[in-house]
Amino acid sequence: MPKSFIQTFLNNYITASIIAIVALLLGISIGSQSIPFSSIWETLLHHTFHTPTNVPTAISQIIVSIRLPRVVLAFLVGAALALAGVAFQGLLKNVLADPYTIGVSSGAAVGAVIVFFFQLHLSFLGRFTLPIVSIMFALVTLLFVLLFARLAERNMGIETIVLIGIIMNAFFGSVISLMVAFSGEELRQVISWLMGSVAMRGWSYVSLFVPFFIVGSLGLFTHIRELNAFSFGERTAANIGVHVLRKKLWILLSASLLTGAAVAVSGTIGFVGLVIPHMTRLICGANHRKLLPLSFLYGGAFLVLADVVARTIVAPRELPIGVITSLIGAPLFAMLLFKSLKRKTG
Amino acid sequence: MIDVKDVSYQYGEKQVLHHISFTVHEGEFFGILGPNGSGKTTLMKLLSRELPLQQGNIVVCGQHIETYKPKQYAKLIATLPQHIDVSFGYTVKEMVELGRYPYQSTFFPKWTEEDDQVVDEALRCVTLAHKQHVLLEQLSGGERQRAALARALAQQPRVLLLDEPTNHMDVAQQFKLLNLLKQSKLTVVAIFHDINIASLYCDRLLFLRDGKVVACGTPRQLLNESMIESVFDTCMKRHEHPVLPKPLVTFVPFLEQPIKDVLWHVTQHENMVVIETMKPFKVLSSALVGGGMRWATTFVNRHVSLDYRCDDAEQEMIEFLRQQGFDEQWTVGMMTAVDIRDVVFTSAYEPVRFFVAVTAGVGNAVDSANAWRRADAVASPGTINTFVFIDGHLSEAAFVQALMTVTEAKTKALYDKQVVDTQTHTIATGTSTDCTVIAASQQGTYYEYAGTITAIGKQLARFVYEATQMAIDRYNERKGENR
Repeated sequence: MPKSFIQTFLNNYITASIIAIVALLLGISIGSQSIPFSSIWETLLHHTFHTPTNVPTAISQIIVSIRLPRVVLAFLVGAALALAGVAFQGLLKNVLADPYTIGVSSGAAVGAVIVFFFQLHLSFLGRFTLPIVSIMFALVTLLFVLLFARLAERNMGIETIVLIGIIMNAFFGSVISLMVAFSGEELRQVISWLMGSVAMRGWSYVSLFVPFFIVGSLGLFTHIRELNAFSFGERTAANIGVHVLRKKLWILLSASLLTGAAVAVSGTIGFVGLVIPHMTRLICGANHRKLLPLSFLYGGAFLVLADVVARTIVAPRELPIGVITSLIGAPLFAMLLFKSLKRKTG
Repeated sequence: MIDVKDVSYQYGEKQVLHHISFTVHEGEFFGILGPNGSGKTTLMKLLSRELPLQQGNIVVCGQHIETYKPKQYAKLIATLPQHIDVSFGYTVKEMVELGRYPYQSTFFPKWTEEDDQVVDEALRCVTLAHKQHVLLEQLSGGERQRAALARALAQQPRVLLLDEPTNHMDVAQQFKLLNLLKQSKLTVVAIFHDINIASLYCDRLLFLRDGKVVACGTPRQLLNESMIESVFDTCMKRHEHPVLPKPLVTFVPFLEQPIKDVLWHVTQHENMVVIETMKPFKVLSSALVGGGMRWATTFVNRHVSLDYRCDDAEQEMIEFLRQQGFDEQWTVGMMTAVDIRDVVFTSAYEPVRFFVAVTAGVGNAVDSANAWRRADAVASPGTINTFVFIDGHLSEAAFVQALMTVTEAKTKALYDKQVVDTQTHTIATGTSTDCTVIAASQQGTYYEYAGTITAIGKQLARFVYEATQMAIDRYNERKGENR
């Protein structure tokens, strides 16, 4: 199959980086107050190298305290979800797997809601209580999903995982509704948070997220060869000398880390981990050596742009970002499911 | 190299392997055979460590199998599974590169020049170098299998484990793959379904049945009829490969009802005698068309003139047979310069039904003992053609003995008729272009031997002797008439 011009053009780190930077700049520039690129550039230089600037303080304030943390968070969350999606898909050999569709995001959300509901504050964790509880819930959910899938069907069919995702989402959804009902007013805001949002988070959320993001990403980027091996099945992986159980745990842990932390700071944003790996695979093929870094860049750029759309489409109000990603992701999900079922039945 | 000692395995309550022991030597091509459910694949999975050992010991390269780390083991043993898991979106080369995994360090994996060379070499070895950048999903089944083999080779293992490696492959692909493995000089342990392929390629075989070792040894030792029957519950006959010193087996799917009434039918034409049988006969002959061992239903003794000369007599004969409406695949055809009207037929019913037809011309009589004194080299027609049909089941040895018996009887007939080799002036033993056909219906009584002193041999010799004498008499008479 000859590659189209667009595929060749996008299959390249430089292009991907430029797209990511442009997305970030657009994310900062567009909003109720439109800011030209030049001002953004000047402000950024001013804040890093203390170069002189003509940008009014109000604008510079908007850039540094509001827009910049927002786009950075959106970028990191998008990248994290895309990486987690790649990992789940590689490990489960299933293109339909992503943190949202298999229910891991919902699990993490339950963790986060529990933290809010009981006002949990574990002193030795400090403000990291929220992400760590979310991550633990993500990991437990993931292990449960895997166990369940294996029990249900030894050869883990592509639909099995989808059904399990439905069960998980339904169950965790009602758990959250229950907690919201019990709590009265205070958790109302949780509902909009659940739809996913990167608004009004500020730098504190970025700093909350970054450590987990770094560890999780490193965990996946050091397992590129194993992810490739798992794509050929666990048996093959074992045959070529992969320590299957240990490596699998590492990858699952890293993916849970990314998912759990992302949910903790931005709620459940669906389908990023499905859309981005799928598109990236069309561009660069399935080899994780390229798939992982490109998904990282495109995932980040995608969520920044999705956020721009979410806050401009019905301005001055904002849509939850999850609405936008689901609008794009759900039809693609349907298409992939249809395609894989068709391949199965011939 | 690989020492399997007293290995048993059970899935839950079900015991699938019972005290299996065997040894595979370095450089050996070792085949594992057995009916379905005999435990072959379980044994293979134990060797590849896909299943944990439950009972017994497996030692590979002097070390217990479970003491190896995954990467160490992958450098030692590579597995080519029966079903290749193919991941969409990978190229052939990317798949083969995975084979280098055990050679790279965990924390700072570095792709070296050597890795590149090994991958290239593996791709070249399976002749997929030209397709290295093609996506796996665009390959045929056989090519995928070869790509998987290249990945296994890239592991630079000392042992290759194969589970029915040639499943889903066409004949050419099968032999390509196996030749490749044979040339690789690796130690190969493989499960085979096809007994003959196993015989062609394996140095030694292991027969499993119901999770137990039935036998272990060379194909020549193991491929005998009773052994195959006891392992596979199938009736088979053993024979030899026509070119290689390897035994082969053939299935006997069903046995035909023996024919009791008329078995052969003779028609005499102006230029040929045709004997047609009601069922195919197994034939050993020195005939021009259909010589050697074969099955035939039609036997043609064709008259040609004394000055018949043809560069490609066989082709000319085949065309002649076709013109007469015979299928040369089922025909044994020979020529004679003798007048076909002088053919002699005799038949008998003791100890079995048999039938002899002889045409004799002794113009080119030769004394084989003194033939080296003769100067001529080219044979011309003028022949004693002998046909023997036996309604019995002859072993291969019996065929050869019948041929000897018939030849000796013919020679004695010539001796008693004082037929002289005109060049050496000694008594002839035959002519330069004699032809003999031994045909047996392969039904009824089984004859292991047919030598001159066996019941069947005695009668054969007697009737051939008499018929030959009579044919020589007729030949001489006709020569006298013509003079």
